[in-house]
Amino acid sequence: MKQALEKIVAEICDSFGNDRTRLMDITTAVQRRFGCVSDSAIDLIARAVKTHRVEIESLVTFYSFFSKEEQGKVVIRLCDDIVDWMKGYQQIADALVKELGISIGETTSDGEITLTRTPCIGMSDQAPAALVNDVAVTYLTPERAVKMVRELRKHLDPHQLVTVLGEGNNSNPLVHSMVRNNIRQKGAVLFADFESGTALKRTLNMTPESVIGEIKASKLRGRGGAGFPTGLKWEFASKTKADRRFIICNADEGEPGTFKDRVLLTERAEMLFEGMTIAGYAVGAELGILYLRGEYSYLFSYLNHVLETRKNSGLLGNSIMGKQGFNFDIRIQLGAGAYVCGEETALISSCEGKRGDPKNRPPFPPQEGYMGCPTVVNNVESFCCASRIMIEGAKWFSAMGSPRTAGTKALSISGDCRRPGVYEVPFGTKASDLLELCEAENPGAMLIGGPCRQMIGPNRFGGIICYDDLATGGSIIVFNKARNKLEIAEHYLDFFIEESCGYCTPCRVGLVLLKKYVRKVVSGAGEPQDLDKMLKLSNMIVSTSRCGLGQAAPNPVLGALNNFRELYESMVSERKHGLQPDFDLTSAVVDSELFVGRRSLYV
Amino acid sequence: MTKNKQTLTITIDGKKIAVEEGITILKAAEKAGIYIPHLCAYKDLIPHGSCRVCSVRVNGRIQASCVQTVSEGMVIESDTAELLEYRRMIVDMLFVEGNHFCMFCEKSGHCELQAMAYRFGITAPQFPYLNPNRDIDLSHPDVFLDHNRCILCGRCVRTSQELDHKNVFQFVNRGHKKRLEVNAKGLAETDLNVTDSVVNACPVGALMKKRVGYEVPIGNRPFDHASIGSEIEKTEGERK
Repeated sequence: MKQALEKIVAEICDSFGNDRTRLMDITTAVQRRFGCVSDSAIDLIARAVKTHRVEIESLVTFYSFFSKEEQGKVVIRLCDDIVDWMKGYQQIADALVKELGISIGETTSDGEITLTRTPCIGMSDQAPAALVNDVAVTYLTPERAVKMVRELRKHLDPHQLVTVLGEGNNSNPLVHSMVRNNIRQKGAVLFADFESGTALKRTLNMTPESVIGEIKASKLRGRGGAGFPTGLKWEFASKTKADRRFIICNADEGEPGTFKDRVLLTERAEMLFEGMTIAGYAVGAELGILYLRGEYSYLFSYLNHVLETRKNSGLLGNSIMGKQGFNFDIRIQLGAGAYVCGEETALISSCEGKRGDPKNRPPFPPQEGYMGCPTVVNNVESFCCASRIMIEGAKWFSAMGSPRTAGTKALSISGDCRRPGVYEVPFGTKASDLLELCEAENPGAMLIGGPCRQMIGPNRFGGIICYDDLATGGSIIVFNKARNKLEIAEHYLDFFIEESCGYCTPCRVGLVLLKKYVRKVVSGAGEPQDLDKMLKLSNMIVSTSRCGLGQAAPNPVLGALNNFRELYESMVSERKHGLQPDFDLTSAVVDSELFVGRRSLYV
Repeated sequence: MTKNKQTLTITIDGKKIAVEEGITILKAAEKAGIYIPHLCAYKDLIPHGSCRVCSVRVNGRIQASCVQTVSEGMVIESDTAELLEYRRMIVDMLFVEGNHFCMFCEKSGHCELQAMAYRFGITAPQFPYLNPNRDIDLSHPDVFLDHNRCILCGRCVRTSQELDHKNVFQFVNRGHKKRLEVNAKGLAETDLNVTDSVVNACPVGALMKKRVGYEVPIGNRPFDHASIGSEIEKTEGERK
């Protein structure tokens, strides 16, 4: 057994050239093969790639899809995002726990099945959902969950769970997935027809400088949510002196409630890769990396196949479309379950085979990114837009949208509505129009841009989708009037606590403390001054955290405090005589009672 | 490569100072006799930017002064009520995150975290204690590692790498479960030597030499007499 481990780990490391920067791939392969990355495997990998074992351990313990302890042959990751909760997470979890005879986080005694939870897997339009190894299982019900377990017990092959295929490329044999696209509204930029090579052909007739000029003139801004002008980013990268430059596509769609990139990756892969190639030409890069979140690994083979086909048709590789000296290739980097890797510098760390710790900024990636070289990191949708702009022209593109935000936006709408799915709408669309489009049911609040942004009430439903008003990377979750907004805020605070990388103090410790205050208030033990303490602590975390995650993590609480303060106020009351209602004496002395072997009589 | 470094002018707390290009705000301030409180920044190690104690306002935005380099005309605020409050909160967070018992700790008087709390006038943390369960590694003959007192500043990680050219320490896990780990089952199995620079790099009592704990009696220790940062501020006084 030990020899087998040695041999197989050596083979895996060898297949990635024993390259330390490919540790994500090496670790993923070892995890898949053995159900864990054990201490022995860590030693073997460290030896093969010539680094210290603690460096490997550091990486393995960072990503939630890796584990040092052996997991079952089948791992069921039940998605526990708020939308899944709204659609029956608890009943499904209960059914699975009962059927498997284990708790969440455990493995069956025969070592066959592990049950665990995971944050949003990008299936909110078909929630409740789960990942069974790399197979997405959607539209779960307690009955279907039980049936699934019984089947898995027979063959331990998650792929056999897929009997009904989703539409479009979901039914491509290389995808073979039950996932549905749920494209509800097609727009002119993303979901209009696209023919491979057309955008690139026009691009290669221009100089790199004029391509950047065209993107700048189109007023395209980053679709990931931050809205940085894409052309400007490309220009910075092209003007930084360097031997090598890189293009990275951020397909780590982790913001809860976002799934539009999933659909673009499924249906517009050609358009995406063409956009990356255009960027490569404009910036002078020879390598592009698609950072695909681990949750979407079911698309890996298909996307690789598209890359192969493009290589064979001269759309990738050397002298692309006959253009001498223009060489560009793309590889796919698979993530392994870490929300923070959606932050571009953390994503770069991960591509380099490290923990997904964000880097210090400045320098920004266009100055110093992947391997210390100028790097353009753009969202899936941004690259798709770039392709369309090169076909239709900057003028055509900038004529669409709101006065200050050009083009269309792909939105992922889910929650309390009859028609959840992907909507491509022009920027400037009103929130209230979206509610109508998706047939929202008794809407009381909308979470625009996911938990890292803001929750709005009906008084702001007249606002418009754009960077200056309701900014979003694509996530829109609708809540009906009966939903408990404080529960939602707390749920997402838990999410950020889990997903913090732990690098800086305010985010690592501050969020845990913020949670204590929230729990105190929500449990009815809060005093009026606790709300001010929550506000002060939240502002401090926002102001002093090192990266975008920490700077946004208090937003669910801040949003609730700012927009729905009366809800918190109704839960706190003044206490007399300096009594601390949150201090539970009984539980405080449990450890000491255990130690001295006595129990209080008054429990 | 003997390119002459340009001199830039920046303003810290209303005071105009001339600084050389390329250095960090923290270092520039220090040279001008202005102390910006910090914990994870240490000597000439590559700055970490993790503790955030050295946060300052740069042209209106809060930044960690240990990582941010100077640029012409920068306006920096450091000694403000807002930043003092934030720094207090950070120091408080580090206290409640671990298990720190100053009155029993042999690092007392040498401890930068304790000294920082004194400088800020903190007598007790404003936050509830998290009381984590943490280990002590006593395996090494000459050095011990008490995780209870670790503040995850990464000074040991970087000193071991950059000054000792080893790799004894690294962080594992993420978020609030993040902790320090060593490059073996225990410290004894690593190539750590008591003469390594890393042994003196810890700002708190997490990484300590054995058998020398009370060589300097309490009462005679540096921070028993002078506040942290006072050496830097004293130089300024002499310059006046």
